[in-house]
Amino acid sequence: MSFILKMAWRDSRASRRRLLLYSLSVVLGIAALVAIGSFTVNLKQAIDDQAKGLLGADLVVTSRVAFSDSVLAYTAGLGGERSRTREFSSMLVFTTANDATRLVQVRAVEANFPFYGKFETAPASAAAELQAGRPVVVLEETLLTQFGVKVGDLVKLGQATFTIAGAIMKVPGESAAIATFAPRAYVPLGLLTTTGLTNRESITQHRVLIKLPEAQDAEVVERMMKSKFVGERLSFSTVAERKRNLGAALTNIEGFLNLVGFVALFLGAIGVASAIHVYVRQKIATVAVLRCLGASAAQSFSVYVVQGIALGMFGAVLGAALGIILQLLLPVVLQGVLPIDVNFFISWPAVGRGLGAGLVICFLFTLLPLLAVRRVSPLVALRSAFIERTGSATDPWRIILGVLILAAVTGFAYWQTRSWRIGLGFTGTLIAGFGVLAGLAQVVAWAARRFVLRSLPYVVRQGIANLHRPNNRTVLLLLSLGLGMFLILTLYLTRTTLLNQVDLAGEGSRPNLLFFDIQDDQIEPFKKIAAEQNTPVIQSAPIVTMKISAIKGRPVDELMREREAPRSTAVGPENSVEKNDERRPAVGSRRGPKARGGPLLSGGMLGREYRSTYRSKISGTERVVAGKFDGQVPPGAAVVPISVEESFLKNLQLELGDEIEWDVQGVPVRTKVTSVRAVEWRRLDSNFFVVFPEGAIEAAPKTFVAALRAASPAVSAKTQRALVAAFPNISAIDLALILQALDSIFSKVAFVIQFMALFTVFTGVIVLVGAVLNGRYQRIRETVLLRTLGATRRQLVQIQLVEYSILGVLAAVVGGGLSVAGNALLAHFVFKISPVAPPMLILGAVAVAAAITVLTGLVTGRGVTDYPPLEILRQET
Amino acid sequence: MTNACILKVERLTKNYRTASGPLTVLREVSFDLVAGASLAIVGPSGSGKTTLLGLCAGLDRASGGTVSLAGSELGALDEDGRALVRNKHVGFVFQNFQLIPTLTALENVLVPLELRGEGGAKVEAEATALLGRVGLGARCDHYPVQLSGGEQQRVALARAFMNRPKILFCDEPTGNLDGDTAAAMVELIFGLNREKGTTLVLVTHDLELAKKCGRILRLRSGAVVSDETLAAS
Repeated sequence: MSFILKMAWRDSRASRRRLLLYSLSVVLGIAALVAIGSFTVNLKQAIDDQAKGLLGADLVVTSRVAFSDSVLAYTAGLGGERSRTREFSSMLVFTTANDATRLVQVRAVEANFPFYGKFETAPASAAAELQAGRPVVVLEETLLTQFGVKVGDLVKLGQATFTIAGAIMKVPGESAAIATFAPRAYVPLGLLTTTGLTNRESITQHRVLIKLPEAQDAEVVERMMKSKFVGERLSFSTVAERKRNLGAALTNIEGFLNLVGFVALFLGAIGVASAIHVYVRQKIATVAVLRCLGASAAQSFSVYVVQGIALGMFGAVLGAALGIILQLLLPVVLQGVLPIDVNFFISWPAVGRGLGAGLVICFLFTLLPLLAVRRVSPLVALRSAFIERTGSATDPWRIILGVLILAAVTGFAYWQTRSWRIGLGFTGTLIAGFGVLAGLAQVVAWAARRFVLRSLPYVVRQGIANLHRPNNRTVLLLLSLGLGMFLILTLYLTRTTLLNQVDLAGEGSRPNLLFFDIQDDQIEPFKKIAAEQNTPVIQSAPIVTMKISAIKGRPVDELMREREAPRSTAVGPENSVEKNDERRPAVGSRRGPKARGGPLLSGGMLGREYRSTYRSKISGTERVVAGKFDGQVPPGAAVVPISVEESFLKNLQLELGDEIEWDVQGVPVRTKVTSVRAVEWRRLDSNFFVVFPEGAIEAAPKTFVAALRAASPAVSAKTQRALVAAFPNISAIDLALILQALDSIFSKVAFVIQFMALFTVFTGVIVLVGAVLNGRYQRIRETVLLRTLGATRRQLVQIQLVEYSILGVLAAVVGGGLSVAGNALLAHFVFKISPVAPPMLILGAVAVAAAITVLTGLVTGRGVTDYPPLEILRQET
Repeated sequence: MTNACILKVERLTKNYRTASGPLTVLREVSFDLVAGASLAIVGPSGSGKTTLLGLCAGLDRASGGTVSLAGSELGALDEDGRALVRNKHVGFVFQNFQLIPTLTALENVLVPLELRGEGGAKVEAEATALLGRVGLGARCDHYPVQLSGGEQQRVALARAFMNRPKILFCDEPTGNLDGDTAAAMVELIFGLNREKGTTLVLVTHDLELAKKCGRILRLRSGAVVSDETLAAS
């Protein structure tokens, strides 16, 4: 053992800097794993510490309609404290900003909101003013900036005027992301009646926040209320449930980020393996001498395994240290998507896990090229021609090691996602991606050998020849650069594709402004004002709110009760909340859930309120995929034919011809599914799950939704101002704002993914530098010979330039091509839209990637031409 | 010195597979060598000299026949077994020196004993003395690249004697050296050989050098064409 360690140390003397450089390839991958792992532990700890603040109460009960007296009496009887809130969307008018309007989420709260955690505002006094019930509003900070308003300015909500008391900084249990589509506006609940918006029952959410006495368990109360108030269609949130949901989301995010980080580690490990491969080839003579002097195969192999382990350890420790530093950056990266404050601390188990994963992968990849050491013949000391016989594809250990690497990658992916499907999918994708890149590299090398024109200048031919000659870097560079390019560009293209879809949705004569909550008596004057503003109503649709009361003859309450029944009798916390769909009752059967098997229904789908319309024909954003659309029905028909959207049919396990009985605001209406529609939901239009024919529900209380097209943002703002001034109760959705919101969401997500992808890109650059330096050591002799034979420095630089230009452009083109394919697959299979790949974006990315390659190659390779020929020639003697 | 046989070669054959069919580089070579003797293997390029040396030293497996080295039947041993025999009984001097470039002169000389797990001050003193014996006492800490060709070959010679070998195999030991340096090297090889009582097997093109040995084995096309015992040199 002492010989092995001594020899490993001595033998590494001349190569330590190189070995350290190789080890840098895995540093970033390990850093990513450590940072994410440790930060996740920080987050989980924060969730535990701030558990009650996640909800602001022990139990929150939510209803789409005003609470019944019996529910209120029950909650009052629980003891403790209660606080009520009402939430709905409405237009806010900024009177000091030229009456500009904006759709906001109004949150009317009582004095004691919230019970846990702190409602933070700027200035801090704003929360107190709100809780004191003064006529103030606390607004999203972005609104103040967007409309140039400040504390003390006035805004109008419905018919009431409020003074801006401050900006929202933090609300217990809510992340800033919640306000992406519509900013929040907090007002005192006691003043809500002054707005005139309290009759908007159909779109209001009522909540009771409950602070329970010490002895009460929120989940027990939840179970009791669920069984007691089945017909009330209440929904519940508890601290434990919120923690579980957050924990599960966190685990998913951690798994995803770790997999992205792992790609960097995998690439780095390939870089290490490739570098060690070159290193081992240079050590064959030494190994042969050792073998001649009596070293066993195991001894000489062990010398280099020790070096490999030391290399991995160095990279892993450096990576872990860098990971801890990066951990400090993650809260900044994830800013805006975190619902809680996170305190930094180092989780040593997480550091150990990242370090361990990195070491295992690095070690396995290091062993792969080192296996050749075992087969070095001592005869090489006599004749260097025997070097070619050292490697062997039939070495069973290579196969075993290959299997171990695949198992390690799959195991890691499973460990992160707890899903064999994803684990195997991840490994398969990784292998396929690397396989495609490596295969293309082989093709490039073959083509370089096959198709070089003799008429080309010498430096060009020499540069091209470098692509296929022994010890070329074609495969490695195409892998590292191509993969980095693929990841980054796919992200950009997907973003462009998604945003383009929304852009398309608003082009031409399609609507770009949608108004809703227009009352029955307001629709005609609304159309008149809209026409005066040169933004005529393109289409309008009546909306009638309704609930399902029976499906195929089975009352919905019965279905709901059946769904709750197993949980009410279950014991233990694991059975106390809804974990999956298995307890949902299936429609059309009176047998118990256990006896039935098969998919079961969602309680949400059964109990929710539907906003349906009636019309004589289908709209431009939908098409009939089954049955026949009935546009009219004679008055008084016993069973009304309806058309439903395809996901509605699927989720409620319905078929054409099935009956649904609706409760249309107290009036029962029997219907039969006679057609199914596919709807383009992404279009800003009035789309519906359920469409009735004309002649059935016109008499029911209804509101209207109207779609308009404004010629410009200025016209849009002017129209909104005029319409909201005339009808304070209506709300508007502006396509431009949706685009902005989508862009903002995508930017946040993209920033996180790009941050992680950067690990891969930087790893690619390190691998590139390592590969170039390796080539430098390999090619110094050749360069020196060329110089000795009279090549000028300029010619030598030109040869390098040709080689790196070809590699850079090819890597960028291959990576770009893969990203175009990746984007197309994502668009087709995931988003179900047409992919967009702007040629200028792709060309720009290709140019940048190629430039980085050439620059890195030339900078790292500089000095090769300065190497004194005598030194090399002396080594030859 | 006893007259026991240290190296016995019987009907030794070596074939290589090539694209154009099997290639026989040694055919049924037989000879034996008593301890303390010296043998020169000569012949034109491609006659199989180096292959024969490699097989005798256990660096490769024969296709046919047997090699018995210091009482060990090499064909019966696996690669590690043969490595052990080499470490215990064999010293090497190569045409291209084959020093380990990352080790100093002293460390290069120490390798054979360190492989056995022997080390420490005593062994280092022995290695230093051997380097002194070849005239490099002051160059112990120099790396191969800092030494001339002749100096490197002298380090290689010191290394070859470090494990007190029973038999020394030399492959063109002066092939890369100029006349004066080569002559000095030859003096050292034969001087040390006598001092240590080592058996010497030498592959060379140089007939003058070959004649310094007690016996000359001539090869042509892989077969022994003459086996000449010389008068005491």
